[in-house]
Amino acid sequence: MIREYRTIQEIVSPLMVVRNVEGVTYDELAEIELPDGEVRRCKVLEVNGDSAVVQLFESAAGINLAQSKVRFLGHPLELAVSGDMLGRVFNGMGRPIDGGPEILAESHNDINGLPMNPAARDYPNEFIQTGVSTIDGLNTLVRGQKLPIFSGSGLPHAQLAAQIARQARVLGTESNFAVVFAAIGITFEESEYFVQEFNRTGAIDRSVIFSNLANDPAVERIATPRMALTAAEYLAFERDMHVLVILTDITNYAEALREISAARKEVPGRRGYPGYLYTDLATMYERAGRRVGKEGSITMIPILTMPEDDKTHPIPDLTGYITEGQIILSRDLYRRGILPPVDVLPSLSRLKDKGIGKGKTREDHADTMNQLFAAYSSGKDAKELMTILGESALTPTDIKFAQFADEFEKRYVTQGSEENRSIEDTLGIGWDLLTILPKTELKRIKPDNMAKYYPQTEE
Amino acid sequence: MSGKIVKVSGPLVVAEGLESANISDVVRVGEQRLIGEILTMTGGRASIQVYEETSGLGPGAAVETTGSPLSVELGPGLLENIYDGIQRPLVEVRERTGHTIARGVDVPALNRGKTWEFEATATVGARVTGGDVIGTVRETSSVLHKIMVPPGISGTLESVQSGTYTVEQTVGVVRTDAGAAEAVTLMQKWPVRVARPYDKKSVPSAPLNSGQRIIDTLFPLAKGGTAAVPGPFGSGKTVVQHQLAKWSDVDIVVYIGCGERGNEMTDVLMEFPELKDPRNGEPLMKRTVLIANTSDMPVAAREASIYTGITIAEYFRDMGLDVAVIADSTSRWAEALREMSGRLEEMPGEEGYPAYLSSRLAQFYERAGCVECLGSDSRRGTLTAIGAVSPPGGDTSEPVSQATMRIVKVFWGLDSSLAYARHFPAINWLNSYSLYLDTLKPWYDASFGEGYMLSRTRAMTILQEESELQEIVKLVGADSLSPPDRLTLETAKMIREDFLQQNAFDELDSYSGYEKQSRLLALILAYSDACREALTKGATDVEKLFNIEARERFGRAKMIPPGEFEQKYADIERDLKYQISEITEGGEEQ
Repeated sequence: MIREYRTIQEIVSPLMVVRNVEGVTYDELAEIELPDGEVRRCKVLEVNGDSAVVQLFESAAGINLAQSKVRFLGHPLELAVSGDMLGRVFNGMGRPIDGGPEILAESHNDINGLPMNPAARDYPNEFIQTGVSTIDGLNTLVRGQKLPIFSGSGLPHAQLAAQIARQARVLGTESNFAVVFAAIGITFEESEYFVQEFNRTGAIDRSVIFSNLANDPAVERIATPRMALTAAEYLAFERDMHVLVILTDITNYAEALREISAARKEVPGRRGYPGYLYTDLATMYERAGRRVGKEGSITMIPILTMPEDDKTHPIPDLTGYITEGQIILSRDLYRRGILPPVDVLPSLSRLKDKGIGKGKTREDHADTMNQLFAAYSSGKDAKELMTILGESALTPTDIKFAQFADEFEKRYVTQGSEENRSIEDTLGIGWDLLTILPKTELKRIKPDNMAKYYPQTEE
Repeated sequence: MSGKIVKVSGPLVVAEGLESANISDVVRVGEQRLIGEILTMTGGRASIQVYEETSGLGPGAAVETTGSPLSVELGPGLLENIYDGIQRPLVEVRERTGHTIARGVDVPALNRGKTWEFEATATVGARVTGGDVIGTVRETSSVLHKIMVPPGISGTLESVQSGTYTVEQTVGVVRTDAGAAEAVTLMQKWPVRVARPYDKKSVPSAPLNSGQRIIDTLFPLAKGGTAAVPGPFGSGKTVVQHQLAKWSDVDIVVYIGCGERGNEMTDVLMEFPELKDPRNGEPLMKRTVLIANTSDMPVAAREASIYTGITIAEYFRDMGLDVAVIADSTSRWAEALREMSGRLEEMPGEEGYPAYLSSRLAQFYERAGCVECLGSDSRRGTLTAIGAVSPPGGDTSEPVSQATMRIVKVFWGLDSSLAYARHFPAINWLNSYSLYLDTLKPWYDASFGEGYMLSRTRAMTILQEESELQEIVKLVGADSLSPPDRLTLETAKMIREDFLQQNAFDELDSYSGYEKQSRLLALILAYSDACREALTKGATDVEKLFNIEARERFGRAKMIPPGEFEQKYADIERDLKYQISEITEGGEEQ
């Protein structure tokens, strides 16, 4: 049943109130037909008696209260999914924009998805080798994980994400992979960088791209990541593919959400973001994962730029509470030319413990990882002391630690954007660096591993 | 009694025509019969929070009240189960609706078809009152489930029969004084927002042994006490909570994943059946009930989840058991409260949270305690409540942390700088506290002698001194400190690295018994004493004292398994004393 109304009473972009409606339901999709025949989409945010509050996904310009028609479609916003989506480019609302034909839908899926039953999840524990030492060695990514990159404006997060997308693979398997990329309010150039990367490496045929650029309507951004995730869920759980989802930039998404919340005059939480920002972000991030009995998986790398590089800003803060760790980029390292500028100490992968070790990477992985973290932390403390008091005030051990920290940044963190290090290489560099320190300081490494892997000095 | 929807706004639905419904009644909304609860009534208009996604609901849809408040089913079958926030069994939901949770699923919490071996322990003709045990069911290999007369019923036990029963079948009949026959089944129901009654509450007097050195030795929690674990993301809150769920010496653990990650619950589900309880060797899952309302699940059910959890915990407490309820995270619960409050257009308090935030939190924690249970055998049960708090940006000046700190007696503050240095558990020893130290001291003294608590006090003093000395070191460097001060720094470092640090993922280090904790701390202090004595005897080179051979063995001392550590620690102590005395004597010769 399609119901059409000419009873728009009020428009305060991005919201609109329609009167005298009947049978309208919450979260339903609607279309507005402008006098000139143009059709725009919107969804129901609230129904109260016979009036409905509707949120526009596009600009309100040109809507005429008397002549525009609103049609309620009786279903929520859906995405037409099929295997043919691979290799295609869509706009932020899921319409093809690459000049190709419409998708012949195998099914129409609600873009909000449904919560995954925790009892039906399979714990992610397959090591993904990204070829980046700071990730593989210290903040290991596993299949089905959601690991965001916390960046700042002007930092090379796009390069790092592209490098991961290019090099990521599970050791010992040739598998069915796909990349779903959602550009959320980023510039054409940034988006084009990814598209060209995918073209260059041939990954484009296995990619689905959703593109909402900076000049596209901001409110459309609410739908874009959900479109991407709906496509990813289809590919992963209906088509048994291992899907890597890259969402960039979540900050733009949250700002769009704030815009709508402000228009609705809701009581704001921190910094004007709505109180439900956590829940809203969670309903996206939690769609990553593996399911019991299903071959495919969704691994998610959301990228966000921290306003003023502030990790406690609500967007990175709430993201960090939901995702399974974070890779933080540091402006300080970037300035010193250390690329990729991964700030190792505050970065974290929560799922690493079950993805590393014997049979996954190597038995000494956990020990060396903890030791490198601890040593780098001590080294940085020592360097800090050194800047205040000078080298002479340090104990001989502290000087070694300071030296270790420098070498660690130079040899372990630094690597070329085309350099694909195997996990053995990464572990090897780690051991080489540890020889800088006195053996007695290597408290976190088990004696067996020391005996087996400690580099033998040449006589 | 049924009404009609007039308004839908997210999880809030307003319906009219429900004049005779009660506040807090559970209602069924719409064709899919979604579960909701009445929050407020204005005339015949009821504001309802719906525990499921409301997409597709609109004005005109029917709302039907069930006439009873949100309740949980209590009986055999709770253990080893995983429920959502309103006690739907997630494994059975999966069997019906697949990998995602479809709406309107209606599955009873306790399996109706499953039978249990009931063994009657009461005799026919006995006087019974609410809480009296009339029989038992061996629910899992670690837990003997007591079947109790529900609170509020008393009279003469007319019949009770051992046998095989489902949870709904009558196992006994109580003839009340008024002459009515009350059937007792294996299952009883209880409204989640009402605390289950008990006879008397008393002050906790025994500690909860968690096997975590910083907790048991420095900031102990009492059985029946309350604790909070606040910390920014990445500081290891969840690992601390999991460790407590794994190793606490309680009979039952109720773990509530409230608005947190789905994979964390999956982790517990997969790991707990494999882990062995250090006390009886049984799988930990056999004593665990999981409540999972993850962050992507409906927000209103998240609000209910902590009540569901604590009611189940109270039920086991009533059997005279030690129960721990662990909620991760109460901040997400508070956010759910805030979201509903905003939709109800209530006047917000601080940071948008409702004005009743702190009283609700207090009500939750107050359900913990050490009690004499209902029933004539005056058995004692305890309920310990541990809540994680996730303050935005790690700043504990926000309302949820502040309200929690006013209530709880133990505060384990997690610190991100410790976490960055991979010092885990990242509990900051300077700002954490336990208000149970005085009440627990008699227990510690009686069990391990007075030395243990004295060592604790000394360790805390040393750590405190360290933080003061560190200020000086930052200004002038470690070299300018006097040898005794350098020794203090060194001892503090040993306490931090060789005692407080504990690797949750290492098989040998994950759990540490009291005896080992006490010996290890004593060993570190013995080293410190020996060095100090050497300094007074004239030794001058502290570096030499710090680099004796025995020192290296401290680093691995915590990994020494039970049964061997007594001997090995004694060896280390003997060797270090000898090596230090060599240095002193050498010094005198020069």
